[in-house]
Amino acid sequence: MDYTPPQSLKDVSTHYCPGCGHGIAHRLVCEIIDELGIRDRCLAVAPVGCAVLAYNYWDIDVTEAAHGRAPAVATGMRRCNPDAVVFTYQGDGDLAAIGAGEVVNAANRGELISIFFINNAVYGMTGGQMAPTTTIGRKTTTSPRGRSTKNEGWPMKVVEMLSQLDGTVYAERCALNTPKHVRAAKEAIKKSFLMQMAGKGFSIVELLSMCPIQWGVSPVEAIEVLETEMIGQYPLGVYKDCELSQ
Amino acid sequence: MKLLYSGNWALCEGAIHAGCDAYFGYPITPQNEVPQYMSARMPEEGRVFVQSESELAAISMVMGAAATGKRVMTSSSSPGISLMQEGISYMCGCELPAVIVNVVRGGPGLGSIGPAQSDYFQAVRGGGHGDYNMCVLAPTSVQETFDLAFMAFDLAFKYRNPVMILTDGLLGQMMEPLEIRKPDYVTVRDMPDDVGDWALTGAAGRSGRHHKSLLIDVDQLERHNRRLQEKFQRMQAECRFETILTEDAEFLFVAYGISMRACREAVKRLREKGIKAGLLRPITLWPFPEQWLREHAARFTKILCVELSCGQMVMDVRLAVEGRCPVSFYGRSGGVAMTVDELVAAAEKEFTR
Repeated sequence: MDYTPPQSLKDVSTHYCPGCGHGIAHRLVCEIIDELGIRDRCLAVAPVGCAVLAYNYWDIDVTEAAHGRAPAVATGMRRCNPDAVVFTYQGDGDLAAIGAGEVVNAANRGELISIFFINNAVYGMTGGQMAPTTTIGRKTTTSPRGRSTKNEGWPMKVVEMLSQLDGTVYAERCALNTPKHVRAAKEAIKKSFLMQMAGKGFSIVELLSMCPIQWGVSPVEAIEVLETEMIGQYPLGVYKDCELSQ
Repeated sequence: MKLLYSGNWALCEGAIHAGCDAYFGYPITPQNEVPQYMSARMPEEGRVFVQSESELAAISMVMGAAATGKRVMTSSSSPGISLMQEGISYMCGCELPAVIVNVVRGGPGLGSIGPAQSDYFQAVRGGGHGDYNMCVLAPTSVQETFDLAFMAFDLAFKYRNPVMILTDGLLGQMMEPLEIRKPDYVTVRDMPDDVGDWALTGAAGRSGRHHKSLLIDVDQLERHNRRLQEKFQRMQAECRFETILTEDAEFLFVAYGISMRACREAVKRLREKGIKAGLLRPITLWPFPEQWLREHAARFTKILCVELSCGQMVMDVRLAVEGRCPVSFYGRSGGVAMTVDELVAAAEKEFTR
């Protein structure tokens, strides 16, 4: 078993909570960057959210973006640098709330970028508020009576939605709560980069992730909450793959 | 070669000749000609054009391109510029260069599509959040719109800061002769093609770079702010203005952009009537020619600030004058442009009171 951390991942402690999925997702992305040998031309866009300090952990060129605007920032970077490999890394507020317009239009334009969407169905950094992807009935700091469809609407199905657009060539939902799911997530991240590098189009990998602190459970319980509540609401799988339809 | 061009088109050609690598923008009257023209011309030059889905997206596309060291421009009009304020603040915090053009229309809100100068406060007094400044350039003609595009890109890269060109719907639409030429000052493009050690070019042979405006440690952020303030202080050296017949003037107009043209004609007609008027026109609204005003204000009997607004630049005039001379204001708003006749009448009344 090779537990050597990837070179593109800086050898520092992160600020993430025990049981958080970000550590896993960071490592997977950096492993793929190393394996594909693209560190020299990778340009990344960090989110606003728990991963706002991602540039402290990835040893590649990274820029900050305003909340939700990462796909637009990525568009500017990629259009001006056709040889670069550009990705965004965004949470559920960043991508599905404030950034909904940017991600839909970047997908619709078929921008040659990869979006890694960390969906833990809650706003972590700001203290546990409701997200567009929060499940029905779940209590958050802004849905203290539990999310109701009447007042707060429904959990947003992001990969399903984006897979409807012709510009999206690949859309898959994975999870980070078990070794089997993590291995599949790694393959999905790799595929997204390969699609971009082959000039195919826009791709998104949604990664269901754990947030023990804001879910009010232990790290071990969070694994089970993801398995039942999250995967129950958001089925895993490939929602679009232009290579399959050929 | 001389072309008969509109201000909006002249802006495009100026940017292209100044080496603009990318343009991102969204349609809004009265500057729709800018994205339209750029959509045709930029691909001809092998450069980037994207019509964004909004002005929110446009300014972030600009930020992305700027982060990689490219010469990038966007344009909009008042309501769209409001949407860009967050992005401008971010770019000042991250120290990223870009050119942002506001073809001002009547406001507030959806307003009108007529020409206005009611975004002065927004342009020079922040507009976005936090302590920052950017150079604001105000052309008065189609030719100057072309010329100032060069200066805008230069200043953006010289100081690693956004630069705004503040024009208006009348200048944007009017047609005047345009000479395609290179202004007689050196542009950054003449220097070696090295954007320096801040651009994100891919971390080949080095550790990763990053751009950020987030400094959670408040002491760090205060130090960053102090450094930025030192930079904005150095930017004071970029102040540019023009004086017309001020040496023997008893009365002074202060105006910029399209209003300046009316004042220039008014100076002529007033002098014919024996009223010694002169004109100060800021070319840079920021840095503002406060030093000239401070030094010369005392010798005027009255200063009349003329704007297409309810009175914005007049506040900076008053601040600079520091009470040495009475300052009055004449303006039209809502997209109405004053006539020379009405201005002469108003000025005559004001100056001979």
